[in-house]
Amino acid sequence: MDMIDFHSLYTVVMLVVFIGICLWAWSNKRKPFFNEAANLPFADEDTSTKSALKLQEKKDNGYE
Amino acid sequence: MDSQTTYNYKVVRQFAIMTVVWGIVGMLVGVIIAAQLVWPQLSFDLPWLTYSRLRPLHTNAVIFAFGGSALFATSYYVVQRTCQVRLISDKLAAFTFWGWTVVILLAAITLPLGITSGKEYAELEWPIDILITVVWVVYAIVFFGTIVKRRTPHIYVANWFFGAFILTVAVLHIINSAALPVSLFKSYSVYSGTIDAMVQWWYGHNAVGFFLTAGFLGIMYYFVPKQAGRPVYSYRLSVVHFWSLISVYMWAGPHHLHYTALPDWTQSLGVAFSILLLAPSWGGMINGIMTLSGAWHKLRTDPILKFLIVSLSFYGMSTFEGPMMAIKTVNALSHYTEWTIGHVHSGALGWVAMVTIGSIYALIPQLFGKKEMYSIKLIDTHFWVATIGVVLYIVSMWIAGVMQGLMWRAINSDGTLTYSFVESLERIYPYYIVRLVGGALFFSGMLIMAYNVWKTVAGSEAADDTIPQTA
Repeated sequence: MDMIDFHSLYTVVMLVVFIGICLWAWSNKRKPFFNEAANLPFADEDTSTKSALKLQEKKDNGYE
Repeated sequence: MDSQTTYNYKVVRQFAIMTVVWGIVGMLVGVIIAAQLVWPQLSFDLPWLTYSRLRPLHTNAVIFAFGGSALFATSYYVVQRTCQVRLISDKLAAFTFWGWTVVILLAAITLPLGITSGKEYAELEWPIDILITVVWVVYAIVFFGTIVKRRTPHIYVANWFFGAFILTVAVLHIINSAALPVSLFKSYSVYSGTIDAMVQWWYGHNAVGFFLTAGFLGIMYYFVPKQAGRPVYSYRLSVVHFWSLISVYMWAGPHHLHYTALPDWTQSLGVAFSILLLAPSWGGMINGIMTLSGAWHKLRTDPILKFLIVSLSFYGMSTFEGPMMAIKTVNALSHYTEWTIGHVHSGALGWVAMVTIGSIYALIPQLFGKKEMYSIKLIDTHFWVATIGVVLYIVSMWIAGVMQGLMWRAINSDGTLTYSFVESLERIYPYYIVRLVGGALFFSGMLIMAYNVWKTVAGSEAADDTIPQTA
């Protein structure tokens, strides 16, 4: 296999990997996991020292 | 405080405060060298004040001291808060702060003395390079060690970006800085000729891609959702964004070496990957901005959010401009002109500095037990001063750059050059003044920030949030 064959094959492999990542990311099975992960920035608010303050702010602004 | 029940905010506080300090120092040097381009006599014929020595001081100070401190501060904060554990070692974390500070001080001494390896954005000589490597490896140990002992089931996307930034910068720094020392203050690259140039710009562009992009995207993925009070627009998109961005950036470096001795196929490869980069860059930008979808009204009242969202707009703008400038025919006009300087600063001031400023404004009250910054109004003032400054800066450099490019390539019918170099210099002179004004405005915004931070921090007590124990 010469370099041209190798590079052609490599390009195809990378394309398949990319499509694979997209399919994986958009599969319904992953959805609950991603939702959980997406909420991580807010996950430790309830018990942190200033959480009460933040919740109050949110209520003041009309969210939640 | 009990170290088991609270987060380590001490190191975050140190880096956050130093972000403001180094921002002021680095941007002041920037303003000085911009003034030197208008009034060259400002070097006072002193060798350590010449433009050629202060310029690397400016770039090192804003990228590694200002940007670096911001990345240390935010990554240490985010990794603790999203993993719900304290950093694995307070001592190692403290070592990264003091080690990084020593690196910055050594840079501030050696660069004006003319001690340099001559590689752009990697000017520091080999003893400092070794210290950087040690500090960086310890940083990696602290960051990844904290992820390993996390108490949350997932690794939040911001940590993926921070992790890629830490890992890649280690690889880039070690490979590009490989050198043969001939004395304590002088070394020569182990690479030679075109290979040295390619290694340098493989490093240089990935410094942009991983230090100035991936790291700051980590900031974006935490602070934009946090400030907007809602999770990121699409977590799926953020996953694809991450993997495509880090795979594509690696190969874009050759666009810095168009029309040089670098083989043509390598230049074309650089163009192809640079154009490809538009897709993940804009994917990330859209993901960040759309996080505000349904909460756009917050932009009216929250200047921190304004900083964050406008930084994303500048990110989108400069990641459109970048691929365009990488195309060889466009590059033939833009390269070596002020256009490049304009492009760099739309990324550096518009994106990197603004997202940093926004996140530091969000962080400071958290770290010092305050509800919010001393003055929200001053944040708003800072926002407008900074935005006007950036716009003046980049527009003046666009005009100057395109004019330079056109004048340099203009040819008479007999094949001689229409303009001499000094004629083009004379024409761009007024734009150098506009750039100086823009830069000075951006710098003055940092002074407003320093005052606001001072008033917020003064008399307050360090506040270390407790770690939730029920997770």
